[in-house]
Amino acid sequence: MTQLKYNDTLFTVSKGASVLETLLEHGQEIPNSCRAGACHTCLMQATNGKVPDTAQNGLKDSHKVKGFFLACVCKPDEDLEVCLPDVEKLKISATVSQITKLSEDVIELKVKPSEPIDYYAGQFVTLWRDDALGRNYSLASLPHTDEDLTFHIRLIKDGQFTGWVLNELKVGDKLSVQEPVGDCFYTQGNAEQNLLLVGTGTGLAPLFGIMNDAIRSGHTGDIHLFHGGLSSPGLYLHDMLTTLAKQHPNLYYHPCVLKADENMADNIIEGDLCQIVSQKIDKPVNWKSYLCGDPEIVKKLRKKIFMAGSKMTDIYSDPFVYT
Amino acid sequence: MASLYERLGGEAAVDAAVDIFYRKVLTDDRVSDYFDDVDMEAQAAKQKGFLTMVFGGPNNYTGKDMREGHKHLVERGLNDSHVDAIVELLGATLKELGVGDADIQEVANLANSVRDDVLNK
Repeated sequence: MTQLKYNDTLFTVSKGASVLETLLEHGQEIPNSCRAGACHTCLMQATNGKVPDTAQNGLKDSHKVKGFFLACVCKPDEDLEVCLPDVEKLKISATVSQITKLSEDVIELKVKPSEPIDYYAGQFVTLWRDDALGRNYSLASLPHTDEDLTFHIRLIKDGQFTGWVLNELKVGDKLSVQEPVGDCFYTQGNAEQNLLLVGTGTGLAPLFGIMNDAIRSGHTGDIHLFHGGLSSPGLYLHDMLTTLAKQHPNLYYHPCVLKADENMADNIIEGDLCQIVSQKIDKPVNWKSYLCGDPEIVKKLRKKIFMAGSKMTDIYSDPFVYT
Repeated sequence: MASLYERLGGEAAVDAAVDIFYRKVLTDDRVSDYFDDVDMEAQAAKQKGFLTMVFGGPNNYTGKDMREGHKHLVERGLNDSHVDAIVELLGATLKELGVGDADIQEVANLANSVRDDVLNK
C-alpha cells in the first residue's frame, strides 16, 4: 500500500487515487483548480520518493529535477513525502568576502555562507540586511566550483539597500541569504541544444552563471550571450566576456547598446536589443532561451522568440524586479 | 472504439497542439487582443486546459467556470465572431497535426457546446 507523507502526517493512498484526492479526502487544504494536469494550481514538490513521469508532464525541466509535480494527476506507485513548494525556509547567515566596483553603477558582492547552500547558477535569493530590509539578487556564481556566492548589484539612486551596500557594507560584515528560487538555470542532458541568453543591465548576472555552468558542463551547442546597456560603460563585463568568447569557439558574445558613444569597443552593436536579437537569431526553433532584466524587454522578446518557433517551455525568464 | 481523446493522442497531442494554437491565436488580428496576456505561461496553461476539454479529455470545467472566466472579456466585446475564429484556428491547428476531418468536426462540436456559457448568454 502506498503511503503519502505531508505535514508530518502519513496518509494511505487508495488504489487509483491521486495525491490531490488523497490529501483533500483527509481534509488537507491544497490549492487546486482544473484537476486535469492543465492549470498547475496544485503544484507540489516531492522531497522524498519519485513521482511517476506523467505527474510532471508539461513542467519545465528545471521544475522536474527539483521534484515538482502536479498533485491532481499524480497517482504514486511508491511512497512519497511531499510539500507545497513555497514553504519559507530559514535564512542562512553569510559573511561578506569581497566588494568590487565593476562599473560606475555596478558592484560585485561576494559572500561566504555559514553553511553550504544548494543552488543552480542563475537562480535568485533574497539578501537581507536585517529583518526589515531584503532585496532579490541573482546568483552569478557556480555552485560546487565557487566557494562564495556572487551577486551583481546595480546602484540605485537613493536606494535603501544599495545605499547600504555602497556606503556601509565592509568585508567581514554579516548579512543573511534566503533560499535560492527561480527556474532560470542550466539543465543537464541537452548538451547539443543551442542556447540564447539575453540580459539587460545586471540581468547579466544570472546569465553569466548559466553560461559558466553550460561551459563547465561541456555544452557543445552554440551559446549566444546578448548583453544590452544604454551605453558602453553599462556593459560591465565587456572585456572579460570578449576574452572568454575567444577562448570558447561555441560561445558568442554580443554586446549591444541603445546609443553609441565615442571610443567604444568596435565589437559593440548599436540599436534596439530585441531587433538585434531577432536579426542574429532568426530561427530559434529547438533553442533554449534565458531572458533576464528589464520586464518590458523580457516580455517583448519572449513573444518574439515564441512566434519565431521556439517552444513555450524552452523560454525561461526572471524579469528583474525594480525596487 | 477508442474515445476522441485517445484517437487524437491524449495529453501528448494537447502538448503538441498548444504552442501551434497559441501562435495562431496571437497572430490573428480578430482575436489576438484577447490573448495578449502579460503572463504568457499562465495563458498557455489556460489554453492547455481548453484544448484538453475540446479534445474530449478529462476536465472539471463547469458552465459556471466558463461564464465567470470570460465575463470580463464579454464586457470588452467578446462575441460569436470571436468564438467562430477560435473554432477555425482550432481546426487549422488539428489539420496541421494531421487529424482527419471527422475528428476535427467532433472537436468543433465540443468547442461550440460551451459557446453560450463563454459568451454569458
